[in-house]
Amino acid sequence: MATTIAGRRPGQPAERKARPYWNPYVAGFALGLVLLGGYLLLGRGLGATGAFSALAAWFASLVSPEGAAANPVHARYLENGPPLLEYVPILVLGTLIGGAVSAWLAGRIRFGIDSGPGIGRGARLALAFAGGALAAIGAKIALGCTSGQALSGAAVLNVGSLVFMVAVFTSGYLVAFLFRKEWL
Amino acid sequence: MLPLVASVELSTATFLLLTLVGGIAFGVVLERAGFGSGCKLTAVFYGYDMSVVKVMFTAIVTAMVGLWGLAAAGAIDMAEIYIVPTNYLAQLVGGLVFGVGFVLGGYCPGTSVVACASGRLDAFAFVAGLLAGIALYARYLGDAETWIRANAIDDVTLVSLTGIAAGWWVALFVVALAAAAWGMGLAERAFARLDPRR
Repeated sequence: MATTIAGRRPGQPAERKARPYWNPYVAGFALGLVLLGGYLLLGRGLGATGAFSALAAWFASLVSPEGAAANPVHARYLENGPPLLEYVPILVLGTLIGGAVSAWLAGRIRFGIDSGPGIGRGARLALAFAGGALAAIGAKIALGCTSGQALSGAAVLNVGSLVFMVAVFTSGYLVAFLFRKEWL
Repeated sequence: MLPLVASVELSTATFLLLTLVGGIAFGVVLERAGFGSGCKLTAVFYGYDMSVVKVMFTAIVTAMVGLWGLAAAGAIDMAEIYIVPTNYLAQLVGGLVFGVGFVLGGYCPGTSVVACASGRLDAFAFVAGLLAGIALYARYLGDAETWIRANAIDDVTLVSLTGIAAGWWVALFVVALAAAAWGMGLAERAFARLDPRR
């Protein structure tokens, strides 16, 4: 990591320290207002997995338009015009922009790998890929993820969303011990 | 009358512009909460940093109180609010699978976007995994998808299921958040030794 910045004056810290995170209850209140705003203006909560579903459907339609249109998973994203010009894909585009601007302003853009100290880079990347695949399959089965189900659904007392949230944390805590070498 | 989309005819461009602004706010808040980091997110499963639950629970209660208050005042028509259909078996099994993916991968789909924006290479691997997982699901579980959607029921809420008024549930969630905040403080002190940064 290059810490020497051209034109650095003496006394300036070699590595700029990232600004602290928000207090989690303050961040939660702000996230609640964003979610509330979505419901009040657009009549919908937040979501994320739908953007990846739309992207996967679009890729599939590039490979084989007939095959994608005949697939029950992909077809629903291809029926109403361009799959990426829909609510959740545009929301996630905004999330990418907002995340990048916020991370940049806070001095938190860092090209690296997040893991505990005891695991190699290659292993962590492989586990991240496998985890992403499992998370996607789980979200597809459950008709939503932590955003679309847990967060948005719980706020409107949706029973299925509460079942999903309890299931996520139950299995997370059950397997956390097995994966402790990845994170601790 | 709220929601806005039910009373005002929005053009597609206006709708998507509002959506983009909402997404930017979503991204900023997730990033400021620290959710662009897989270590911070998975810490919840080891007890030494419960931020994930604190943020989610507070957000849920905030939005819930706001919606309930506006509905009680007659300012919002809850029938116009989209609610994800309920299929208990799907949401139980999907949640169990998702939880494993969360711990293993370090992110959930929304937070992986913020982590990519922060430069995390493992988040890019996670996103590639998401796309691969959807492709696998589409290839091998199309029949499951058809069954799940055919057997999903619309608008099953705690209110419609139990007949107990929304206000009582909102009050219960507020009390539960206060109790959870106290319990999480205890957990963080009890498991502080697990924090690898110490």
